[in-house]
Amino acid sequence: MNLRRDVFQAIADPTRRAILLLLATQSLTAGAIASNFDTARPTVSKHLQILTECELLEQEQNGREIYYHINAQGMKEVADFLEPFRKMWDDRFKKIEAIMKNYKPKK
Amino acid sequence: MERQTKVTAEDGKQDIIITREFDLPLELLFKAYEEPEIVEQWMGTKVLKMENKKHGSYQFETTDAKGNVVFQANGAIHEFSPNRKITRTFEMGNTPFGVQLEVYEFEKLTDDTSKLKMHVIYESIAQRDQVLKMPFVQGINWAHNRLQEIVSKLK
Repeated sequence: MNLRRDVFQAIADPTRRAILLLLATQSLTAGAIASNFDTARPTVSKHLQILTECELLEQEQNGREIYYHINAQGMKEVADFLEPFRKMWDDRFKKIEAIMKNYKPKK
Repeated sequence: MERQTKVTAEDGKQDIIITREFDLPLELLFKAYEEPEIVEQWMGTKVLKMENKKHGSYQFETTDAKGNVVFQANGAIHEFSPNRKITRTFEMGNTPFGVQLEVYEFEKLTDDTSKLKMHVIYESIAQRDQVLKMPFVQGINWAHNRLQEIVSKLK
């Protein structure tokens, strides 16, 4: 099974991204999460299941309630960590191009 | 045409390759690496020293408005062949990243375009991965702080 590809599919969905954002700073129950969306409750449950299977979310039993929270480690592994590094260099190279196009020899 | 920067970092290796094609003649591209005043502009740091010759060395430093040093880097130059190749070490001060070996190869494509290939070798796989992740971690921290800022305003 290609877990990594599944993870990327998981975050490709806008509702699932909205769920991740919602849980960025808090733990919530499935019901509380669903109340933030117009989508039917079973649909939200399905999204939560996918996100949990991909290890982006973790479940925590608290009395009779199950709370969902973000699995920070999972989130870190998902994101394409190379992209910001590439962008940093690309920005520098763009600057070189811009500067040198206007370069006038001093002599 | 939009030129693309390509970063190749294979799993389990301790090096990376960065390539980029430029809309610049080879001589102008090389000059951007040769002239301290130009390096200062695109690196966004002060160049304290730059001896472009075999066994030469260089030193970069950035200070904030209060005069505190926020970035410091230095290294030794092992090869300096105009319009062709630079081999040097690079070490960032006050970081756990160690010393990296950098090989820059400059190549003419046409009269108006050129190509740069940067090969960077780190002390270990772990060190390479740490350096690669740095801009990403900074981005995450920034996004996290930003999110907290927004959330705190909601309260």
